[in-house]
Amino acid sequence: MEPVLNVSAVSMNFGGLRALNDVQMHVCAGEIAALIGPNGAGKTTFFNCITSIYEPSEGEVWFTPKAGVRTKLNGMKPNLVTAMGMARTFQNIRLFKNMSVLENVMIARHCRTKAGILGALFRPLTVRQEEKEIVERSYALLKYIGLHKWYNEQACNLPYGAQRKLEIARALATEPTLLLLDEPAAGMNPQETTELKQLVLRIRDEMDMAILLIEHDMSMVMSLAERIYVMEYGCLIAEGTPAEVSSNPQVIKAYLGEEVHA
Amino acid sequence: MEQARLNIILHELKKSVLVSLWFMFLTFPIMVIRVNTLDHTIMWRWTNMAMIGCAAFVLSFFWRWAMKKKEASAVPAKSSWPHWARQNWAGYVENKTWIYTLQGLMLLGFIILPWIVSTYKTNILISFLTYVVLGLGLNIIVGVAGLLFLGHAAFYAIGAYSYALLSKYLGFGFWIALPMGGIIAALAGVALAFPVLRLRGDYLAIVTLGFGEIVRLLLENAGSFTGGPAGISNIPRPQFFGMHLSVAETNIYIYYIVFALALVTIIAVSRLKDSRIGRALQALREDEIACEAMGIDRVGVKLMAFGLGTAWAGFAGVIFAAKTTFINPSSFTFFESAIILSIVVLGGMGSNAGVILGAAFLVLLPEYLRAFSEYRMILFATAMVLMMVFRPTGLIPARGRRYVVHDPDLDLDDGSKSKEV
Repeated sequence: MEPVLNVSAVSMNFGGLRALNDVQMHVCAGEIAALIGPNGAGKTTFFNCITSIYEPSEGEVWFTPKAGVRTKLNGMKPNLVTAMGMARTFQNIRLFKNMSVLENVMIARHCRTKAGILGALFRPLTVRQEEKEIVERSYALLKYIGLHKWYNEQACNLPYGAQRKLEIARALATEPTLLLLDEPAAGMNPQETTELKQLVLRIRDEMDMAILLIEHDMSMVMSLAERIYVMEYGCLIAEGTPAEVSSNPQVIKAYLGEEVHA
Repeated sequence: MEQARLNIILHELKKSVLVSLWFMFLTFPIMVIRVNTLDHTIMWRWTNMAMIGCAAFVLSFFWRWAMKKKEASAVPAKSSWPHWARQNWAGYVENKTWIYTLQGLMLLGFIILPWIVSTYKTNILISFLTYVVLGLGLNIIVGVAGLLFLGHAAFYAIGAYSYALLSKYLGFGFWIALPMGGIIAALAGVALAFPVLRLRGDYLAIVTLGFGEIVRLLLENAGSFTGGPAGISNIPRPQFFGMHLSVAETNIYIYYIVFALALVTIIAVSRLKDSRIGRALQALREDEIACEAMGIDRVGVKLMAFGLGTAWAGFAGVIFAAKTTFINPSSFTFFESAIILSIVVLGGMGSNAGVILGAAFLVLLPEYLRAFSEYRMILFATAMVLMMVFRPTGLIPARGRRYVVHDPDLDLDDGSKSKEV
């Protein structure tokens, strides 16, 4: 079976700095994969490259959406990448802070709806129908994630953990084939992390989605991911199942450092 | 105890004395020294200085008292209004019948007003409504899409000049020119948006300010085509089914046209704000990167914001040209843009009711305060400063739309909050 995401030899240069070096990666349909590595390894840069926020200096990113043809994403506009079926959350929460929780999710329905300026002004039946559907589907998603009781609250007033969840709900509203989660458990307490873990599993199973996540919480990564990629200084240093990766000497070195023999 | 009170009083007095000394020093060159160029003497107006000192002394007390009050009211998150006032108002704002009655009364008032007030006052009302249209247009760009835009007067000018030139050279009538003025202004807005797509905030403000000046200078220097600084005169007034109207009647007629335009603008802008496009514009204001990551075409939405905002300036311009029958570039200076922006900021960014109130405040008030016309700019500046301190989000801040979702499960989860809103 063809992988949903196939990244071949992607490199990213910022001037003289090589932030990513020959990264090879693939994510299969219905799989939960994880990307780990020390701070500054280039994980978020990698996300930005595959979602076309940056254009990779070298290499190719190929994406196969559900019921779609294999497409090369290099140089595509980020909004088209999202429309194609790749949605992401952000490491430092980027919600639409001054809008309500429901509206945050409704905005993400933008690429799946059509109403234009004339539709907004004259509101024919089709537009009203579409608008109703947007509200209903967004609310249903909030309920799925468990944020529905706050639906009219301003997004910035939510507790931190709920804001992270809202980012996931917003990403889901774009109906993605591949969901990219950038440190979804950052700043959460152990109980919230457990809940989040169950949520991610539920999303994968019930919505039939491939998930790629960046995470620092090792217990979460080890129990959640089926395959793990380890990155250090912009290079992939290991790939494999959680058991393989956790026993890899290079990974241990990257995380714990090396004993210095004087 | 007594000692502590005395200390506080002394401390406050010292503060006020310092403030008044500072103000006396600051205003010394303009308020005290006066050069009499005829006699080559210098007049020292020490009484002015004393007056400023006293005023600053008293006002600084008042200022600190107001600031304390503001801080005190911010802590319990409720205003210091009496209980009954708060409760009643909340009820009225939520109550739809009250809103509709109020709106109906205002509508009726505006319809009969031109028949009961003088032509002069009708003129003022026309300019008020024109500014409402201009403000609402700018509100789409500044308030909803969050793009700081300082060249709105340029599009007002483009609208006015499109009508003037179209009627002068091609003999177009008012009713054909009205939509065309809007379309031309919208196209010009989109054309301006292309080079500034990457800019935000201060940088965008500078470029749009420059664009406003470019348009004015172009009109001034285009020679005989636009009439240069002398402008274009004898612009035809709008026709009413070929009937001949007197000046006063035309005035009333134009009043109704502007009034209709203002109504259309209010309805159109609120519908736009509450639509897929409007949400995309708001998302653009909140976070550009997240907006793109959620599948919104950043470029398209920005172009749309400019086009939708400047179109209204074009309509207003056509009507302005038809009303005054004479236009020249000096009607469209940066000051005009600043006034329109002030209307939006003073009223409340993103809020339609706020813009209308802001326009009333900045257009109607100066007309009725003609007696103080010398101090108009001082009052204006003071009002702005006070607003920024005490109501930084505007007179009527924008309230996000609240949605009603019928969900039977919601009551079980959270009984107190889930009441339909």
